Amino acid sequence: MARLDVQQKLEILADAAKYDASCASSGSTKRTSKGGKGIGSTTGAGICHAYTPDGRCISLLKILLTNSCVFDCHYCINRKSSNVRRARFTASEVVDLTLAFYKRNYIEGLFLSSGIIQSSNYTMEQLVEVARQLREVHDFRGYIHLKTIPDADPDLVHQAGLYADRVSINVELPTTSGLARLAPEKSAERIDGAMAKMKSDIIDTKDARKKYRHAPRFAPGGQSTQMIVGADSANDSDIIVRARGLYHDHALKRVYYSAFSPIPDASSVLPLKRPPLMREHRLYQSDWLMRYYGFEAGEIVSATDPVTGMLPLDIDPKLAWALGHRDVFPVDINRAPKAMLLRIPGLGVRAVSGIIASRKWRSLRLADVARLTVSIAKIRPFIVTPDWRPTLLTDRADLRGLVEPKAEQFELFAA
Amino acid sequence: MSTPATTGSDDGSLGTGPAGALRAVTLAAPDDFEGWRSAARALAIADIPPDRVAWQVAGEEQDLFAQAADAAPPTATARSRALTVPQQFIDLARSAVCHRNPERFALLYTALWRIQRDPGIAHDRANPLMKQIDELAKSVRRDSHKMRAFVRFREIEDDDDDGQERFVAWFEPEHHIVRSNAQFFVDRFANMRWSILTPELSIHWDGSTLSEGPGAAKADAPPDDAIEDVWKSYYKSIFNPARVKIGAMTKEMPRKYWQNMPETALIPGLIAGAQARESGMIATARQVRLAPGSNRAAAWAALRDEALRCTRCPLHACATQTVFGEGPVDAQLVFVGEQPGDQEDLAGHPFVGPAGQLFDRALAEAGIDCATTYVTNAVKHFKFVARGKRRIHQSPTVGEIDACRWWLDEERALIAPHVTVALGASAARALFARPMPVGESRGRPHALPDGSAAWITVHPSYLLRLPDDERAAAYAEFVDDLAMVAAQIG
Repeated sequence: MARLDVQQKLEILADAAKYDASCASSGSTKRTSKGGKGIGSTTGAGICHAYTPDGRCISLLKILLTNSCVFDCHYCINRKSSNVRRARFTASEVVDLTLAFYKRNYIEGLFLSSGIIQSSNYTMEQLVEVARQLREVHDFRGYIHLKTIPDADPDLVHQAGLYADRVSINVELPTTSGLARLAPEKSAERIDGAMAKMKSDIIDTKDARKKYRHAPRFAPGGQSTQMIVGADSANDSDIIVRARGLYHDHALKRVYYSAFSPIPDASSVLPLKRPPLMREHRLYQSDWLMRYYGFEAGEIVSATDPVTGMLPLDIDPKLAWALGHRDVFPVDINRAPKAMLLRIPGLGVRAVSGIIASRKWRSLRLADVARLTVSIAKIRPFIVTPDWRPTLLTDRADLRGLVEPKAEQFELFAA
Repeated sequence: MSTPATTGSDDGSLGTGPAGALRAVTLAAPDDFEGWRSAARALAIADIPPDRVAWQVAGEEQDLFAQAADAAPPTATARSRALTVPQQFIDLARSAVCHRNPERFALLYTALWRIQRDPGIAHDRANPLMKQIDELAKSVRRDSHKMRAFVRFREIEDDDDDGQERFVAWFEPEHHIVRSNAQFFVDRFANMRWSILTPELSIHWDGSTLSEGPGAAKADAPPDDAIEDVWKSYYKSIFNPARVKIGAMTKEMPRKYWQNMPETALIPGLIAGAQARESGMIATARQVRLAPGSNRAAAWAALRDEALRCTRCPLHACATQTVFGEGPVDAQLVFVGEQPGDQEDLAGHPFVGPAGQLFDRALAEAGIDCATTYVTNAVKHFKFVARGKRRIHQSPTVGEIDACRWWLDEERALIAPHVTVALGASAARALFARPMPVGESRGRPHALPDGSAAWITVHPSYLLRLPDDERAAAYAEFVDDLAMVAAQIG
């Protein structure tokens, strides 16, 4: 095989990394490069430096150190039995690429993962070495996200957390039976154990920093994970309940849902076609309802079809929940508690805070609510204002037809 | 820039003239927040109504304004008092001032004036004026954020010989945001020397001091950078052609920014090739699994193992076990029944009860070797009601069929049969994802989305339920259907 130059390696190792949906550069501490030797800053909020036509953002340089792997997970393009072309970066090649991209303002930092080569510990050492060089040799203060390997030595994983803003371990499949079929060499228990250990490390260092100001930071951006949707038999309620468990048990910052998509040289174990991208979108919406709107997982499950356990694709889960709970509507905009305002379909977090700020001073009328929202038509059936009451509207059998979006083409290339 | 705001009421930047006359305020720059703030404070304390003030920016003055204004000082003594506004409003104004809308200074002063009379307005985004200002601020914040995201530096050859790198970017913001955004770039690239050139203003950082220069032209920035090719490689490779969401991309990366982002030149090509790449991957995967030496048999076994633990619908709770399909994984012919019956549920195998025995006899008469066919069911758990000791079969609902379709689709995708035969309405519903009346549909092939053929006929248990005098004819018709299918397979 001819020697690959860095650009060719990048093509292979970025292609190999693109099935990881996470690209967030948010949630970390605030840093600047002032007073240092190098470059880099974080503001707490992430920045997306570009978007590709798949609708995903480029915030970080997301690559694998190598796409060689001793595992043979059927869903993965880099599995041992795949005929994909292999490549491997040296640590300094990754460091140079990261800095060259960062100086041109293409990225917020690095998201480094790797296939498992030789052993879990060896691979973890290589990942940590890249982060160490960036931080210690180049005083790089941008964002670093490291994928950690469940079986690696806890000390190595701990080192990763000392250099990285965020660490992650992917649960990969929402169900253990799905994991058994698609990644027979991975163990749901080990993945769970690694996440639990990471959680306690994060909590310990936070406690230490309360006592000692100079105690080292440890993964200040927390940990995240990813589930592949549509490759196993899990339905939406399985996924929602699993996500709730992950947030609750491991205090995850984010759970990513990645609609399984066809890969080159796929194993026969993998389905041929992907699920509708709208399914992934609905799961993200349900995730938002849990994290920002005060919904319990069980409430969102109640919005799924009782037999299939699937969320409707044509309406969002919040509207689906409201249509199933008409007895709590209409909600009085001027009197209802915040938690109830957040449950009104079509009303976002910002609009609710606007309502709460305004109604301290005066009573809000329908036109006022309209000014705080995108579409008053969607909200109107669910609210009461001094000049508006949806007479019997919530009792109408055809309510869904009044509020659901007009049929539209959800996807350009539906498979 | 103007001097920082003071609490004084007699700001020198205000003109002089009698009360009620039009006053012209000239601000030092289009983003001169401090200038607006000190002038607005003096005007508000002097109780000058908004419609008596004309706001303009130095260098953009209009003659009409200058003539109309009679340059009167605010009579500050009349109602001189402390002026207070919530910090929230100050922050909002600081953003909104950077908007390119020429009315921004007047709108903000109007709001300040009204807040003095009704303090609640400052917190009230539902107020039409505050809503308008909020929109201005939102647009400015978005433009600021996009500048942080979309500025692209290019390295330039250094004139000095100190060996330090130097970077230059050309950017075209929508609003007057460059000055207020400078600190972000200083914080981030403190130890780098760089310039950001824009049509209105240029900023330069030499590693210790930020300086400003006049506006520039695109030609003043370097035309390229060797690393851009590597960056484009990355952009191309990180794109997943199997998921195209163009709307999601343009919502966050509007086209107006594309001209100064080198990677966007690749977008049309990536979109144009995406569908072919995705269907190519699916076609290859289909071929690979049919090729000798594929792991198809292992894949089928893994699928069955996962199905044994299926909880996709509530039927798993009462049934004994999942009854998965059976037969060779390279079968040309797949039969789909409705669901396992009482005996199948206990045995764990499909088509072993009375209907299965009838089915085997009909297959033999139609000349089909049952050892070469794959048999499965639309629903893989037994659905029943208990009547004493007996378990009475119940037809599955559409929801149960839909929930179970995932397995049938995966079975068929692995086996890739030439012909699939639906036995009865439930099976037909599962195959076509819509109701297919058996009587009208039988006797001829139907195309499935994957290009293979489907036939629809009755379920053998239907024959068992018929009165004796009708059964023979119906059975013969069933065998005829099967014989037609046999002819298709050849």
